[in-house]
Parts: sequence; structure tokens; C-alpha cells
Amino acid sequence: MIELDNIAYSYGGGELLSEVSLKLAPGSFHFLTGPSGSGKTTFLKLCYGALSPTAGQVQLFGKDVREMDREDHAMTRRQIGVVHQDCQFLDHLSVRENVALPLTVSARDSLEQHSNLKELLTWVGLGHRASALPPELSGGERQRAALARAVIMSPDVVLADEPTGNVDWEMSQRLLQLLVELNKMGKTILIATHDLNLIRSAKHHVQARVLRISGRKLQLAGADL
Amino acid sequence: MSKGLKLSTLIVGDAQADRVVPPTGFTARLTLFAAGAMAFLTVFALALSLASGRLATRWGEELAQSSTLRISAPAEQMAAQTAAALTVLESTPGIATARALSVDEQRRLLVPWFGPDLPLDSLPVPQLIEIVETEGGYDGAGLRLRLQAEVPGAVLDDHTRWRRPLERAAGRLRLLGWVSIGLIGAATAAMITLAANAALAANSQVISVLRLIGARDSYIARAFVRRFTLRALLGAAVGTALGALSVFLLPATQESGGFLTGLGFHGLGWALLTLIPVLAAVVAYVATGAAARRTLGELT
Repeated sequence: MIELDNIAYSYGGGELLSEVSLKLAPGSFHFLTGPSGSGKTTFLKLCYGALSPTAGQVQLFGKDVREMDREDHAMTRRQIGVVHQDCQFLDHLSVRENVALPLTVSARDSLEQHSNLKELLTWVGLGHRASALPPELSGGERQRAALARAVIMSPDVVLADEPTGNVDWEMSQRLLQLLVELNKMGKTILIATHDLNLIRSAKHHVQARVLRISGRKLQLAGADL
Repeated sequence: MSKGLKLSTLIVGDAQADRVVPPTGFTARLTLFAAGAMAFLTVFALALSLASGRLATRWGEELAQSSTLRISAPAEQMAAQTAAALTVLESTPGIATARALSVDEQRRLLVPWFGPDLPLDSLPVPQLIEIVETEGGYDGAGLRLRLQAEVPGAVLDDHTRWRRPLERAAGRLRLLGWVSIGLIGAATAAMITLAANAALAANSQVISVLRLIGARDSYIARAFVRRFTLRALLGAAVGTALGALSVFLLPATQESGGFLTGLGFHGLGWALLTLIPVLAAVVAYVATGAAARRTLGELT
């Protein structure tokens, strides 16, 4: 699915990641933690092919990212749902249109898919906010909308970068619940977060592995939660 | 890219895809204005080119099929030499008719230069014979030799001296018109490319989001290309309509006005105008497609 084999990544003359290896098994749940600036976002970008490693090999669904052309990247992105820290919406489109964008760009916005869209918005608690524009949403609503957009194509993997970074505890628990539900549906989840309380609370709901980036290396932070 | 930018898709469009790129006022106005202004100028360049083409053809046809024989002889020999010349001309293959101009006709020719009260009888005015050729024409060199022998005072003017520079000038004018149309097309492409580049640069965040969710570059390009193509089509249609109206309102063709009053369109010339918006749209399609390909290739 996603496999990083002894990769390194350098940026601006300095090495940010070194000797990193990871294999995300289907249906697994991972947390990625580490201090700010340790390379969590970079690691996630390497996981969905937005960046190429300076050494080592990244394989996405059996393909080496260095050998992938733009078409391959586009197809791969449809199999990996990404929730960015800043959500990245098109502010001139409504929540419904933003969430449906992956369907639109892949020409899959059929009537059936639109029915799923309604269900999905209700599932993330945004059924009543479907017509709102992204700037009108609260932090929690934005994160939930981003999560809805990430999963609307029913991807095999969901990568979330600090999904609870701008929300209160209650909302972070709600988002975690949504991600856990996705995992129970068989999706592979990788969440980058510096919120250790979120990781601790997850142990009541899911069996997850915690990875930590420290000193440019990726380490297993502890036993399975 | 070609797979993504099918013409049918371009025309039919995709309402949702159109909304993906936010409306950009500046580039929209620039494209509309540039296409409109250039189409307006193209109408005049086309009118100039077509009019000069017609002029070249008319001059060529009118002058090519007629010649003039001028007989300068003492008064007492004038009638005899005129008769001899007519005999020679009538027996020359390639000459349809030959006719000596009457005194009144010669006077009318001279009126513009000397006024109406010209005492033609007292002036040594040469006798003019108007020659109309058949389609195949006559052998000028041979006729000159015969006239030299039989009508010593005759000078044959087959209008070559006048015709060639006039035809050349009209041909150059026509070429100038087509070159102008080419330059206008290139300038339109350059301006639309600038506008498209500005729009693509202003929407780099949109492009980044679209790529994040799995949009193909062809999809992204199509959103921009369709918008710019339709803008160019609309702007050029308005510019062409205004240009056509301006040409239509020009004074009608008059003999005294000469070339300037013959600048309008005739017959199929009007139909050619409908091609201007289409060509502007094609130019915009190609220019924006190239700009999108380049920009998307550069963006990581």
C-alpha cells in the first residue's frame, strides 16, 4: 500500500529525515508524533507522493514515486485521502461543492454519488452547513469538512496532518471518533499530531501504533496502545 | 492534454468544472478587450486586403484587355494614316475591335485637363484609336513592326507601363493587409497568453488543491482553456460586429472617391467576417493551452 524503504529527505541543504522505513499495512491505524519542525508534515507528503525522497524508495500501491508521471500521481491521490492542517478549501465554493470536488474532478459526480455526499455531510455533522462557504465555518467544522472531502472517494488510506490542531477537546474527540469509524470500515489511517492526549484517548477505541520522529529518524514510540 | 481538451468538451462544457476556477475580473476584462479590439482591427485589415485585391484584379482586367494607338501625323495625312492603321488592326489576330475616337470623345478626354472650351480643331492633337483585345490577346511586338512599316506616325500603347506598377502596388497593399491580420493574430495570442499566465499564477493555490484531491492536469488546464476561449470568442464577436458596422457605414463606392470608397465588403466578403471570432477563439484555445501546459509543468 504505502511503503517507505530507508528513505532520506533533505531540504535547504539540511537533512530533515534519514534512514526512515515504514510499511503501512491495510487496515492499520498509526499516530505520528514529534516536536514541531521535526518533519511530520514532510513525512506525510512523502507518503502521498507530494514530495520525492532524496534517497531511498517510496512505493505507493506498488509503484515507485520517482517513476510515476503526473497521471499516476493524480490516480494515486484518489486512493489516498489527505486532511491538511489548514484544510485547503476553495473559498468561492460551498462546503457541499468542496466536499464533492474529488467526485467532480474524477467525473464521478453521479446522482448516486450525490446521495452519498448528503449522507457523508450528515455523518460529519455538517448536513446543515452544506451551503456555507469555507470562511464561514468554525475550526472544527473546517476539519470535519476536510475529512469528508478526504474520504468521499472511499480511499484505501487516510492521512491527516494535525486534524485536531485548531479545535477544542470535545471536537478533537469527535474527529477522532470519525477516524476510528473509518478504520473500522477497513481504511488505513495515519494521523500526524503533537497532541499526546489525543493519542492516549484513542487507546479506548482502537489498536494503534505510535511512531515518533526524533533526530531525523522514525522510531516506534511505545507498545501498541 | 489533447485527450483532455476535446473540442466537444470545450463547447458543451462542464458547469461544475467551470466553477472550480474562481472568476478573475482583471484577466477576464483584459481578454475580452484584447480580443474585441483585435477583431475590430482585423475587420479593417481584411477590408483593406479584399479591396486592394479587387482593385488589382479590376485594374489588371481593364487595362490588360485594352490598348491605345496614337497617330501623330501632319493634318493632311491624318485621315489616310488612321484608315491604314484601322486596316492593319482589323487584320491582326487577337484584336476584337478597333475604333477611332471621334473629335467629341477626344475633347471629353481632354476636358479634365484643359477645360470645356478647348479649340481642338486648332491644336495638333493626335488621333486615338481604341483597341479591345480578344481573350487570347495579340502579339504586341509583331503589331509594332507592321505599324512601323505601314503607319509611320503610329505609336502603340498596350498600357503595360501603367499596369505593372498599379498591379504591383495593389498586390503589395493586399499583402500588407494579410500581414496585418497575421500580426494581429500574433498580438492577440501574446495578450491572451499573458492574461492566462496571470490567471494561472493567481490561482496556484486552486491548482494545488485540485492536484491534492486527484485532478488530472488536463482537467485543470481545461477549466482555464475553456474560460479563455469563450471570452476570446465573445470579445471577438463584439469587436467584429462593431468593425463590420463601421465598414458598413463608410460612404458607398463612388467613381470620384476611387479606392477609399471601395473599402467595404461585397458578397462572400461579409461571410468571411464570421471567421474572425472563430479564429480568435482558436488562437485563445492554442495560446491558453500552451500557457497552461507550461505553468502546470513548472508547478511542483
